[in-house]
Amino acid sequence: MAKIEEYVPLVGPAVIDDLRLLGERLKGKVIQHINSTPVGGGVAEILNRMVPLLQELGVDTKWDVIKGGEQFFAVTKKFHNALHGRAEEITQSDFEIFMQTSQDNIKNVNTYGDIVFVHDPQPIAMVKKKAANKWLWRCHIDVSSPNEKVWGFLMDFICQYDSAVFSAPSFSRKLPIRQFLISPSIDPLSDKNKELPQETIDSVLKKYDIRQDKPIITQISRFDRLKDPVGVIEAYLQVKKYIDCQLVLAGGTAEDDPEGFKVLGEVKEKAKRDPDIHILLLSQNDIEINALQRASDIVVQKSLKEGFGLTVAEALWKAKPVVASNVGGIPLQIKHKYSGLLCHSVEGASFAIKQLLSSPAYAKKLGENGREHIKNNFLITRHLRDYMLLFLSLYHPEDVVHLC
Amino acid sequence: MPELIKEKEPFKFCTRLHLSELTGLRATTLSQLLALIKEVPGSCIYHHTHRFLQQHQYLSPEPPNDFAFWVTDILGEDELGERLVSIDTMQYSAIRDLREKIASTIENYLKDNPLAKLKFARAEEEFHFIKSVSFILPTNYIVYDLKGFAEVLRKITVDAIYFHIFEARLRLEKPTNDFSYWIENSLGDKELADKISGLDPYTRTLEDLRNKIIQMVERRTAG
Repeated sequence: MAKIEEYVPLVGPAVIDDLRLLGERLKGKVIQHINSTPVGGGVAEILNRMVPLLQELGVDTKWDVIKGGEQFFAVTKKFHNALHGRAEEITQSDFEIFMQTSQDNIKNVNTYGDIVFVHDPQPIAMVKKKAANKWLWRCHIDVSSPNEKVWGFLMDFICQYDSAVFSAPSFSRKLPIRQFLISPSIDPLSDKNKELPQETIDSVLKKYDIRQDKPIITQISRFDRLKDPVGVIEAYLQVKKYIDCQLVLAGGTAEDDPEGFKVLGEVKEKAKRDPDIHILLLSQNDIEINALQRASDIVVQKSLKEGFGLTVAEALWKAKPVVASNVGGIPLQIKHKYSGLLCHSVEGASFAIKQLLSSPAYAKKLGENGREHIKNNFLITRHLRDYMLLFLSLYHPEDVVHLC
Repeated sequence: MPELIKEKEPFKFCTRLHLSELTGLRATTLSQLLALIKEVPGSCIYHHTHRFLQQHQYLSPEPPNDFAFWVTDILGEDELGERLVSIDTMQYSAIRDLREKIASTIENYLKDNPLAKLKFARAEEEFHFIKSVSFILPTNYIVYDLKGFAEVLRKITVDAIYFHIFEARLRLEKPTNDFSYWIENSLGDKELADKISGLDPYTRTLEDLRNKIIQMVERRTAG
């Protein structure tokens, strides 16, 4: 795992110096993260990187995980879907199951941190243990149009925290506590984002029979309706009428997600008559994902709904021109016509792809701007800085804080 | 080469890091935008008129102003967007004055173009008001003369340059930027101080600004 010094060549020594200055200001404070799983999922992935880096910066950081049985996680999955705006029937019994497990965790998990940093709804009720210490709630999901019954239930807990954190401005609403905007980040030194030798890229293309003599359009996503893979194929087919090109749709699907395989089936059906469409089921193969992104002429992210859409940041970091939907956190990553093109429909996506394939200099410029934007705003070093500032904000209510 | 002038007071470089605080306030129409511009904290006005400088360094000299961007790109009111983007921020020494200018620009436009009140943004394109929370902390860099000053300018983050040029003047309401103040008052070099304060930093990227100031200082030290 990369050490903080290894980020210096990417972001410059002064950025790392600033992180060290902030780390010094947090000496003596214990930061305790609490979430619901040590592995799997975006939260665990980012904590696995953040915790050792914060420790290296001198911030005493710990990580604890709550326990929950099958029933509890079935309920929290329903909450998750309902908060994303999906129709779910939530019963009184669901709330009772949630509270029962929460009570067990309240009893068994020691909340020793000077700052207790709770991630997502599963451990939200832990705040009942709030004493003289500070409590933060980090919401990683899109709550722009939540099921009001579930949101109302969570609000009773949210109000007891000192501050809340959201990933996009559209997820915020009026709250009686302070709320901050902190975007997620990508790790430029991870397998998914690090530089790759050309031979690795070539071998991945060869493995999947992808030609290098015609443009490659790629979407990396789970096979999920919200990522609209069928819409991507429709956009590609409209482009193909004028420009000979290939489409790569690559991503994983969970073994226990019957809908994922159903969507994959629909996508394969839609693609079967065109040998230039490559449907690749890749699970957890970060190097191959990285190679496919780097080999692409254009990266697409035509989601219908998106928590943040870090695949956009991954592609922009590789200086790729991106065509993406104007949803969730994507407009934070792409300023239309400056660092990529935003679209709202299949037709819009196909027009943007044609435009970029026909104007390589423009496409190159968008990609370069995009990389610069990601470098300044969406790397893990910015995320570390924001988290440390967030911790300091708990002790400074003012808008201009002098740490002299 | 002329003898380097030694300082009365050394220059201590600070850096400014910021967090974005959400307010939950949003506007869908120009009238709502105007009403909220009049009532939100000054930290919101500061955020939306300065965010671009730090977050989109590569875009400058594109509009360093979220209001102009939203009015033009989302509501399609290009003329108002142009009026907002061409507000000369350098002319204002306090956020409250800048706020008044932005509000009166929108008000006057609405008087002349009442139909603009009917335009509204789609749900995912509303204007969200955000506050800028600044954290100012000293760096380890302290300099005593122009030579050292230029050397450190090369090394510090653009956040530090941003703080001494933009935030010190407008948000902390100092009479000029910190660099010019020190060069004039501690080094006694009014000419160089005036040259730096005469730059319009809003029309440059922060990296351009860094290079321009280094160039001015080095010309001076080279005589």
